[in-house]
Amino acid sequence: MKRIISVLMENEPGALSRVVGLFAQRGYNIDTLTVAPTEDNTLSRLTLTTQGNDQVIEQITKQLHKLIDVVKVNDLTNGSHLERELMLIKVRAKGEERAEIQRCADIFRGQIVDVGAGVYTIQLVGDSTKLDAFIDALGDTRILEVVRSGISGIARGEKSMRL
Amino acid sequence: MELLSGGEITIRALADAGVKHIWGYPGGAALHIYDALFQQSDVKHILVRHEQAATHAADAYARATGEVGAVLVTSGPGATNAVTGIATAYMDSIPMVVISGQVPLEKIGGDAFQETDMVGVSRPVVKHSFMVKRAEDIAETIAKAFHIASTGRPGPVVVDIPKDVVTPNYKVPYQFPENVRIRSYQPTSKGHAGQIKRAVKELLKAKRPVIYSGGGVILANASKQLTELARLLNAPVTNTLMGLGAYPGTDQQFIGMLGMHGTFEANTAMHHADLILAVGVRFDDRVTNTPDKFCPHAKIVHIDIDPTSISKTVRVDIPIVGPCDVILQDMLDQLTAGGERPDGEALAEWWQQINGWRERHGLYTAPRHEPSEGSLIKPQDVIKTLYKVTGGDAYITSDVGQHQMFAAQYYLFDQPRRWINSGGLGTMGFGLPAAMGVQMAYRDATVACVTGEGSIQMCIQELSTCTQYNLPVKIINLNNQALGMVRQWQDMQYNSRYSETLYEDSLPDFAKLMGAYGHVGMEVTRYEDLEQKMEECFSLRDRVVFMDIYVDRSEHVYPMHVAPNGSMRDMWLSKTERT
Repeated sequence: MKRIISVLMENEPGALSRVVGLFAQRGYNIDTLTVAPTEDNTLSRLTLTTQGNDQVIEQITKQLHKLIDVVKVNDLTNGSHLERELMLIKVRAKGEERAEIQRCADIFRGQIVDVGAGVYTIQLVGDSTKLDAFIDALGDTRILEVVRSGISGIARGEKSMRL
Repeated sequence: MELLSGGEITIRALADAGVKHIWGYPGGAALHIYDALFQQSDVKHILVRHEQAATHAADAYARATGEVGAVLVTSGPGATNAVTGIATAYMDSIPMVVISGQVPLEKIGGDAFQETDMVGVSRPVVKHSFMVKRAEDIAETIAKAFHIASTGRPGPVVVDIPKDVVTPNYKVPYQFPENVRIRSYQPTSKGHAGQIKRAVKELLKAKRPVIYSGGGVILANASKQLTELARLLNAPVTNTLMGLGAYPGTDQQFIGMLGMHGTFEANTAMHHADLILAVGVRFDDRVTNTPDKFCPHAKIVHIDIDPTSISKTVRVDIPIVGPCDVILQDMLDQLTAGGERPDGEALAEWWQQINGWRERHGLYTAPRHEPSEGSLIKPQDVIKTLYKVTGGDAYITSDVGQHQMFAAQYYLFDQPRRWINSGGLGTMGFGLPAAMGVQMAYRDATVACVTGEGSIQMCIQELSTCTQYNLPVKIINLNNQALGMVRQWQDMQYNSRYSETLYEDSLPDFAKLMGAYGHVGMEVTRYEDLEQKMEECFSLRDRVVFMDIYVDRSEHVYPMHVAPNGSMRDMWLSKTERT
């Protein structure tokens, strides 16, 4: 089952490689991974998604916590949470296609953020299944390039992950 | 405040962190640090002959004393040579700080001479690592390194210092931090009270308990608490390879080592136990045999400082995370205050059963191997003789293989920190440098390295270091003229096809080699000479003595777990007999 794990860690050189190294070393998969500094510049927030049964996920969270640079670890999948992913997608758009693609983007609440003579670049934000659905809707033949950010997640409600 | 250069700060901070001995090898990127080392006398440096030996010696120094081992190496090959020793310490949770020189900051990433990404190379085998980028940060980083290495579950920490950071031309105020606080690192200092209560209740209820204790008990200096608890509960105790000495080896309640080469009684008792108190252990695959078949009737209580050790390979029923000494003391206090005692009748029955197993196949109730005679010297008898001659009171280091298992089985350690071996990584070449580390810590102690002709050749260059620093270690070489443990597996699983385990008469004349280094070499080929020659060996208190003892080439280590798919009680007891 897919799990979304949030990690708050020191914004230090090498910290990310310790997290990635841990997954490689212990044979865990990383499906997506996003990381950036938080409002507090000394901390980075990392969201990663992985697969595994309860025992594997328990080990992953404990192993992550054991890394000296890691301050907090939270398995978001345990509670109600929000997850979002950003996608930039470049599609072939010529003649009559242009209107059709624009309509499709509107339905998914995407925005055309760049226009070329024969191409559109569309930005879309949502959970991963929505992004998948948009790719399906456009059809393979039109797509020139896809960039996805990986999932960012946050718990709903009052709960917050901070020092 | 005093103004010091980065090199001076490095050495001063090591001294302020409590380092008396540092093991190392100089080189270009470490020269500023070595120059600062030369101009002081607080930290004594021991020049090894290969960086691997520096890490093993520092590691063993830490194992024997409980202090943090210290190593200083240069960049590139100096650093990579140290990696095997760092990995060895990591697998056995040994506190160690390794300072590695690095090329100057502006050259990093440019494939400079002797450049290696040491933080990257060592990452999977360190507890943590740092690269220091400013002279101002050296003292604090070293203080943090020692704090991390020695607290929680101990482990090696690498501090990589680029050459320009330690230049003598730039001086900064020096102050060693009194307290270290790392917001992302707070090891547990106490066990969960509710869990401890539950565990005590189960211990009192148990009819067939076994205490399974390991290296964590030794690291936490919790032998006293463990011993008291075992006596109070009248429970049998088995130690892991890493835990030997945590509970006295000659005590009636000790049922021997467990695991792949554990005793019949220990492995069988584990299998039939209804409660296992696991303390400072990690359910290693060399202990559990097939995890699914591990101790099918037992509830498991597991005490460990490291949460990742809990339920990693074997699901436990009552986990307690925290320091072994504190938690065992809490248990003792509860038992003493409550005044309740375990089920005496059930325990009497349990002991009767265990004593029956001891009588049947135990290693200590009767000889379980053929007798030595004439030119046939059984390796087991060498260890028994060693035990006798040293009064069971020596520091024994070992390498890896059959000799290691024989030493673990037949040298009964009554005290912790006396048995120094590479348990987790299984590093051949560990024994001799480890013996040097112990001898440096305890100059008057009897230190013997039990080794084989395979392992000893992996770090034999250190005989020269022994000469330079007058480290009179004794080397007990169980020479079976083959890589014995591999050969045993080839006998058992590969129809005796000895692929690359024989030397074809290429072994050196060890006695002559000793002469070249200025040491004493002895050769033993007949059993009747063994004890007397060994007496002579240990009577030469201030000399390195190498006893080259020709043992039975065909001997195997037994008991041995039947694998794959065996349970704890499935063992080979000899070449022909199995449970």
